[in-house]
Amino acid sequence: MTGTHQGLALGLFSVIVVVTLAISAWAGRVRRGSPEEFYAGGRMFSPMENGFAIAGDYMSAASFLGISGLIALYGYDGMLYSVGFLVAWLVVLFLVAELVRNCGRFTLADVLAARMGEPRVRTAAGISSVTVSVVYLVAQMVGAGSLMALLLGGTGGRARTWTVIGVGALMVLYVTLGGMRATTWIQIVKAVLLMGGTIALTTLVLIRFHGDISALLTTAADRSGHGRNFLAPGLKYGGDWTARLDFISLGLALVLGTAGLPHILSRFSTVPTARAARRSVVWSIGLIGGFYLMTIVLGFGAAAVLGTDAVRASSPSGNTAVPLLALDLGGGAGSTGGTILFAVVAAVAFATILAVVAGVTLASSASVAHDLYATLSRRTGRGARGEVAVARVAAVVTGAVAIGLGLLAQNLNVAFLVGLAFAVAASANLPVLLYALFWRRFTTRGAVWSVYGGLVPALALVVLSPVVSGGPGAVFPGLDFDLFPLENPGLVSVPLGFLAGWLGTLTSSEPADEAGHAEAEVRSLTGAGAA
Amino acid sequence: MEKDDEGDAGTVRLKGDPTPCESHEPQASGEPHAPHEGREAARDPSGVYREVQRSAAFREVRGRYRGFAFPVTVAFLGWYLGYLVLATAAPQLMARPVAGAINVAMLLGLGQFATTFLLTWAYARHARLRRDPEALELRWAVALETQQGPARAGGRVPPMREEAR
Repeated sequence: MTGTHQGLALGLFSVIVVVTLAISAWAGRVRRGSPEEFYAGGRMFSPMENGFAIAGDYMSAASFLGISGLIALYGYDGMLYSVGFLVAWLVVLFLVAELVRNCGRFTLADVLAARMGEPRVRTAAGISSVTVSVVYLVAQMVGAGSLMALLLGGTGGRARTWTVIGVGALMVLYVTLGGMRATTWIQIVKAVLLMGGTIALTTLVLIRFHGDISALLTTAADRSGHGRNFLAPGLKYGGDWTARLDFISLGLALVLGTAGLPHILSRFSTVPTARAARRSVVWSIGLIGGFYLMTIVLGFGAAAVLGTDAVRASSPSGNTAVPLLALDLGGGAGSTGGTILFAVVAAVAFATILAVVAGVTLASSASVAHDLYATLSRRTGRGARGEVAVARVAAVVTGAVAIGLGLLAQNLNVAFLVGLAFAVAASANLPVLLYALFWRRFTTRGAVWSVYGGLVPALALVVLSPVVSGGPGAVFPGLDFDLFPLENPGLVSVPLGFLAGWLGTLTSSEPADEAGHAEAEVRSLTGAGAA
Repeated sequence: MEKDDEGDAGTVRLKGDPTPCESHEPQASGEPHAPHEGREAARDPSGVYREVQRSAAFREVRGRYRGFAFPVTVAFLGWYLGYLVLATAAPQLMARPVAGAINVAMLLGLGQFATTFLLTWAYARHARLRRDPEALELRWAVALETQQGPARAGGRVPPMREEAR
């Protein structure tokens, strides 16, 4: 990758940084100060705007570059990710979006507090939300570092370090300056850029093969070196039974975790009604589904146009498949078209990272200020005044923690970190949320047990997994305490979260709060008294 | 539990604010939309909600929602997990060619996309036609009974706003 690529790409990066900072400054100018404005952007976004913002929040660079790259390397097995990431949205649409809009205010803990309302529940939900956000944030930071290093040609440590610091500083600026309003508009702009870039590349791939999908797949299979096996499952996850179980565990985490991601839940507070929340999800399912269908074309297109060996030679993880494909489709290295397309893809990836980290940082700071700090300050007798100021400080601290961990975790696999964030969300956040929304007899103790009963096993199983110790690729290769064979804990920890909530409820000394349940259920389904 | 709402002028939370419910609930049975069961709970601060929860109209809305969402959720989760298990446990079956380069695996994968889009459409349609109007009625009933009043509820969250878009 030559100097012209970098020059043009850096130019486009600067444009994105200027535009996003301008959005933040503009959004921050409007009505400062109220939590309603800071966490929910005034609650008056339209379903279409929120649908684009949800899609912008969800489609990470890991999807854009990572899944296409996996398909280019392993063919069909890469597709399994796309399916899981999309089907997850049916859980959100059917069981979560409308009810959370009606019951909640900003965070997961608000939904639980609608019928339980004990500080313990708020603290538990706050801790698990912050944990999920920080893991997800570290995944994005590590991804940003290695991605920018790859795209800009400098694979050295310095490019990564400065990217992580720069991205961290930007996300803190967006959130502290503009809160949810700025974050939402940045996500909308990013979703439009990402969809535009993906549509353009997909069209070019289809033109290359004269619109013949069968020819595209056949060529991809031929040039992959695997022949027909490339189009069937088994190349990546077809090993021993541990690998297969691991994949099912990941699939479970993906499909159940989305509905427990704090930054996705908080997006429903930005629209006025449950109906608007539902329509935003319909918009986002359309966008996300279309996007993942196109990543499949791009992945097989990269295998067909470049060949799997060329993709692997450039990056063993396949992350550069799409940029290389863009270079080729534009006319090849050195051509004007190739240079421009390459720079555009790099810029889109950059915008994608910025938008996702801004959304997660905001959700994390909301959990710290609205759940953890608010509980604490009530105990010590101080009021909840200045909560937004606390949230801004929390955003700075979150940014600092994410930069620190992002630098420390530079060598961890990004896909593993993303899978882990989804697994923790599915184990700690989803069971308590579903119980609170649908189970009449659910008690405060059940809620607390459910959160910790999912959170603690999920984290403990990761510590005991082969990712942390026992192998050459582990975090501590010298130590050996990998008692749990799977890399993703979801298969065990998600059922444990549900089980703990059930046991906690059964063993409660006090019965469920019938009045609280009546209020929560009526509000959730009718929108009465919604914030 | 509601203390965190101090100072949030824009928030409507009924539970921590017993006065309106208590003073106005006896009039509940006189409201045109009001559910008529459960009047004995009228002294309870959250009596309105319990009353509405027991009403036939609310049970109908809840039944329609759950009657669609629960079975369909079980069905699509089963279909997705079945697909995962097939992909990991029976790759030979998945590799069988169907037409040209298209094999069983491709068809099932694209089938997951197709069912997701289809169920999204079906759910949105069901909710719009079978649930939204009734839920809105109940919402107004609660608002009137608790004296959030049309002025307050309508002013803060205009339910009709979306229609204009």
